[in-house]
Order: sequence, then structure tokens, then C-alpha cells
Amino acid sequence: MNPGSSLLATLIPLPVLLPLLGAGLTLVLSRRPMLQRAISVAVLTVVVVIAALLLVTAVQSGPVVITVGSWPVPLGITLVVDPLSALMLLTSMSVTLAVLVYAIGQGVYDRDEATPITIFHPTYLVLAAGVANAFLSGDLFNLYVGFEVLLMASYVLLTLGGSRSRVRAGITYVVVNVVSSLVFLVGIALVYAAVGTLNLAQISTRMEQVPPGTALAIHLVLLTAFGIKAAVFPLSAWLPDSYPTAAAPVTAVFAGLLTKVGVYSIIRTETLLFPDSEVTQTVLLVAAGMTMLVGALGAIAQADIKRILSFTLVSHIGYMIFGIALATPLGVAGAVFYVVHHITVQATLFCVVGLIEGVGGSTSVTRLGGLAKASPLLALLWFIPAVNLGGIPPLSGFVGKLGLVQAGVVDGSVLAWTLVVVSVLTSLLTLYAVTKVWVLAFWRPADQIPVSEEPDQDEDEEADEGEEDVPDDRERTTGGLPGAPTPRSGVLTQVRPGTARTIARADANSGAEVDWPVARLAPTDGTPALSGRFLGAAGDTVSSSLPRVMTAATAALVVLGLSLTVAAGPLYAVAAQASDDLVARTPYIQAVFAQTVDDRVAR
Amino acid sequence: MSSPIVLLALVGVLYTAGVYLLLERSLTRVLLGVLVLGNATNVLVIVAGGPTGAAPLVGRAPEETMSDALVQALVLTAIVITLGVSAFLLALIHRAWTLDREDDLTEDTEDRSVRRRLARGEQEDEEELDTTGCENVGDTDPEDTETGPDPVRAAAGATGEDVR
Repeated sequence: MNPGSSLLATLIPLPVLLPLLGAGLTLVLSRRPMLQRAISVAVLTVVVVIAALLLVTAVQSGPVVITVGSWPVPLGITLVVDPLSALMLLTSMSVTLAVLVYAIGQGVYDRDEATPITIFHPTYLVLAAGVANAFLSGDLFNLYVGFEVLLMASYVLLTLGGSRSRVRAGITYVVVNVVSSLVFLVGIALVYAAVGTLNLAQISTRMEQVPPGTALAIHLVLLTAFGIKAAVFPLSAWLPDSYPTAAAPVTAVFAGLLTKVGVYSIIRTETLLFPDSEVTQTVLLVAAGMTMLVGALGAIAQADIKRILSFTLVSHIGYMIFGIALATPLGVAGAVFYVVHHITVQATLFCVVGLIEGVGGSTSVTRLGGLAKASPLLALLWFIPAVNLGGIPPLSGFVGKLGLVQAGVVDGSVLAWTLVVVSVLTSLLTLYAVTKVWVLAFWRPADQIPVSEEPDQDEDEEADEGEEDVPDDRERTTGGLPGAPTPRSGVLTQVRPGTARTIARADANSGAEVDWPVARLAPTDGTPALSGRFLGAAGDTVSSSLPRVMTAATAALVVLGLSLTVAAGPLYAVAAQASDDLVARTPYIQAVFAQTVDDRVAR
Repeated sequence: MSSPIVLLALVGVLYTAGVYLLLERSLTRVLLGVLVLGNATNVLVIVAGGPTGAAPLVGRAPEETMSDALVQALVLTAIVITLGVSAFLLALIHRAWTLDREDDLTEDTEDRSVRRRLARGEQEDEEELDTTGCENVGDTDPEDTETGPDPVRAAAGATGEDVR
């Protein structure tokens, strides 16, 4: 190990430590929002820089290992940076940073004085720490702790504000994830009973002596745990129910990161701990195909853009599982590249949905229209990542899918060919789903939005008096269903020619799930403001009233996605190197055990 | 050395009870299920540590007779995590109770609307679709809602305040 990399090795714990320290600091400074924002952004920026340095080191000189507290390797916790974890860390932290800026632009933290939103920054940083810990961990139990840290943070972020829909979604989300964590813990217990260690490198060498039946049982338990977290098909039903209710930046960062931590764990399990397991490879291939198809078909059935995207998120997890299940260097390389692409593009799309919500006042394609005319910039921001997701050449989604299809063809088995067909079909279905959004929400003229008569009749009354006709409106919208939550109060949405939906009253916006800082300045006299513009900015032109910070953050993400296309060659080379290392296994194991000697000498 | 059998049987019973509780619709029972499952898993981890022995404190007993300290550390961590999660879940359930006066998990409105929309044909009842969007104003401030369930809820809320 050369001196440069040992110096860099001391940087390894920082992606975990810095966000945690930052979380403490932002918690203390919860009354100083400006300082909070500055600290969060600074911390994540530093982490991104460190992640980039680690990636360069790991690619150039192989895996870097640090033992926490200098305990010799099998005893202490090890943190390992190999090309895979460094790549994941860099991608995820870049996206986390961009989404943080987006969230600051949105003002998600102090939107509603009644809820303790100041905890947004600390929680967000804890989430980042958990994700970093999961990626860097060289120890099965430390991975579990990383998961728990990020999950605890995600519970809080998902239920931020404690509104009815979020509490409902939050309960499902928490219970499902607690169960998956318990399954993971059972897996840890089984691993420990079987091989007497939890260090990943040591498990991988000792697991060869374990009888195949026992190994398979342990393997399947771990896969179940990670499958729930990664939302692989039979275990994916929780995701589209819980993600869409959260605030746009929260959904974006969840969609980008959380399932990918599960995918990362599956990659580690498959390549390091249990290579050459025929049974699970077949199981994973079938699960991958089902995940793709069921997710894509689910996306088509939805009308809400957030839910469409949640289903495509599930669907595209299938691509990564496909690559992992092939267990060839080509397949794993494709999966790694696809993870990087998908983290970026999915987070971008959810950020764009947040912008759509602000411009159009809704995220349902049945209520949106004319957005392309109302805001060409927004249309562009949606269009690029959407076709990227669908896999249109030459974008990175196409490159990733091409790599996976190629790996499947090279593999050549019947199941692999089936998966190739399914993945191409899924690509088409995804394209259909995002194109449906494009056609309905962006291209359809606003006056063609289907609307029932009542709102138009109410229009004048609404402008004058506001209050009276609202109960009628909502009586109708709840449809008299017993136990149906009231969808909204004091909001009347209407269609104006040439614009998207109109949000009529100022107080309608004060408690909205997602709104803009400017929305509070909306006219209080009940004058309907046009949406397609932001309330309170009646004279502004549409393009200039897209909130600047949020748009910039989204645009940065779009550019990041595009740069993956431009840099697809080098990136794919890194992914290929990572996957060679993974499939060979020896670099990782040797690096970890080399550390034992180093430390004993140092003492 | 007989203890693993007893403990494993206990784990089995706890898992059975835990899964049964978890599948209930009542949220309080789900929470109890989570707790039981958590305890079952902790016992399982302890069993994974091998035969029982003396307390793993240096100097109290010869090292060969000590039980495995690592699993105990793991279980301590797991207990703390389960405690935190349970507290959070309890808070969520309480929040759901204050919002809806209901302990059961309600059906997802979006699922219901998608199903109904498909049954009736596309886009007829588009008013019911957008339950997750920004028009979902009634969610954040319970005082502000005045429709169907509201009078009931207001009354229940009043009594609820008294109880608390």
C-alpha cells in the first residue's frame, strides 16, 4: 500500500462522520436556518469531494481498507472502499447534494410553522451518513447498522409534517422496513452461527466450507431482506404506496438512494459471499423479469405522475437484478452502470415532478395540461430524463440497457434470452408511461383537460365569496365513500384557457403538501391567480417565475444525467473494473486481510 | 447444552405469535407483532452465539468457559434499534389515531381510485384521483376540514381532548 493511499485511507470514515457531526450541529442551530443550510451544503460538498478522491484511489490502486480503532481485522469494524462502493458513494452523495439544494429552494423545512420542520436538515444528514456507512461497510453487522441509521432518518423524512396521507403511508413503510431489518438480523444470526464471523471478507472465505444446503438457506434469508429494501417484485408492493406521499425532495432522494442501497447489498452478497449459486441465480433472473414487467404495467395503470415514477422505479430495479443474476463480469458491469444511471435519472424525475406540482397545481395527468406552453423550460427538464429513463439512444439509459442486453445475449441461456426480451419490452412500456405523461400533461392544450361542470359554475361565486361552495365541492370529490379522507379543503381548481389549473384562494396554499415560498404572498382577496404562474407573481412571465434555486438544482441533476452519457465510456470502464474486482473477489479479500498485517506491525 | 432447544422452541413460538399479530389490521397489534418478532430475533441471535457459559468478563472465569460476548453486543444494538423504531411507530399510530380516530390501517385512496377508474372507464372521475398532490390541503390542518367525517371527528376530538 503506497503512502498516498494510506493517507487517503484516513479519509474513509469521513463520509460517515461528517454528516453525523453536521447533523448534530444543525440540530443545535435549529433556530438559525441560514446557518443550517450553509452547514448542510458544506458538509455534503466535502463528502462529495472525498468520495471523488476515494474513487480515483480505488480505481488506480485497488481497494483501500481502514480498520476502525485499529482493531485487527476479524475483530474490529472495517471500512472498505473498492471501485464499486466508491462509485456508489460518489453518485449517491452528488445526488443527495443536488436534492438538498433543491429542498432549500423549496423551503421544505419552514413551510408550516405548526410542524417541527427544522429537523429536516439534521435528519437529511443522518440519512446521508447511513447511506455512506452502508456503502463503505466491510462488516455485515455494520451494514445492518448503516441500514438502520438511514431507515430511521427515512421514517422521519417520509412522515415530515404528519399529515394524514403521510402517516398512513409512513406506517406501512415503517412496518415493512422493520420486518425486512428483522429478516436481515436473522440472516446475520445464521451467518454467525455458520461461520463464526461477520467480516465480509472472512465470511466469503469461510463460507466455502459450509454445506451447500445451509449456505443456500442463509443466502436466501439475506436475499429476502435485501430484496424487500431494493423493492424486487414479490417484495415491492410497499414502495409505490409510500413514496408518492412524501415531499418532492424527500421522494427524490429516497428514489435515488434507498432502493439502491438494497441493490448494492445484493451485489455484495451475490459476488462476494455466495458466488456460483445456481439456484439463486435462477430465482433472481425470474424475480428480475417479474419486477420489470409488473412495475412497468403498474406504471401504465396510474394517473398520478409520482405514482407512475414509483412504479417505473420498481420496474427498473429489475434491470439491475438482471445484471447481477447473470453473475458474469459483463452482467455485473451492466448492473453497476445501470445503478449509477438510475440513481441520477430517477431522482431528477422526482425533482421535476415537484416543479410540475408547483406550476400545474397537481401531479395527476388527468388534471394537468398545457405545461409545455406554460413553461418550456420545465418541459425540457422533464423530457430529457424521461426519454433517458425510457432508454432512447444515445442517452445513458440506452447505454446501460444495451450493456445488460449484451450480457444476456453472451450468456445465451433460455432464461437469459427471455430476460433480454422482457427488458426490451419493459423499456418500451416505460417509454409509453413517460410519454403518456408528456402527451397529457405537457402537450395537451389546457382547455382540453376533462373537467366536470361544477367548478365552472362556481367560478364567480368563488371569486367573490370563497367559502360557501367549498363544502359542496368536496362533498362531490369524496364521493361519499365511508372513511374516505377529505382530499382537500378550501381549494377550488379550475381550468383557464391557455394555462394549467388554477388555484383560487390564498389560504388554500398555506397548508399544501408541497408549495413554494412565494405562495404565501398570494392575494388574500380571493382573486384567482393563474397557475402556470406562481401565486403572488401575477405580472411575472412563466419562465422567470419557476423558482430559481429549485430549477437550478433540477437542471444540475439533468446535466449530471447527461454527463453520464458523455462520460459513458470512462464510466463504463470503471464499472467494468469494479465488476472484474467483484467477480474475481480476491482484490477485496486480500485488501482486507493485508490490513491485519499492517496493523499488527504498526502496533 | 439443553438450552438451545428450549430457546429455539421459544423463538418458534414467538415468531408464530409475531407473524399472527403483524398480519392484523389493527395498528396496535401490528406494533405488538413487531415487538414480539424483534424479541424472537434477538433470542435467535443469542442462540447463534453458541453454548452458554460464564459471563464474558475478563478475570471472572477461564476464557474457554465464557459465553460469546459478540452476540450480546449485537443484541444490545438490536434492542436499542427496536426500541427506537417502536417509539416512532407508536408516535405514528398515535398520530393516526388523533387524525382519524381509527386504529385500523385504511385502504389506500389512490389504489381505490385507480381501481374505480378502471372499472368505470378512463378519466371519468378524475376529481378523485389527486390525493397525494399539493391540493391535499385538508391533511395538514384538521381544524380546517368540514365535510362528511368532520362533525363526527370534531365530537370525537373534543372527547379525546378530555381524556388526555
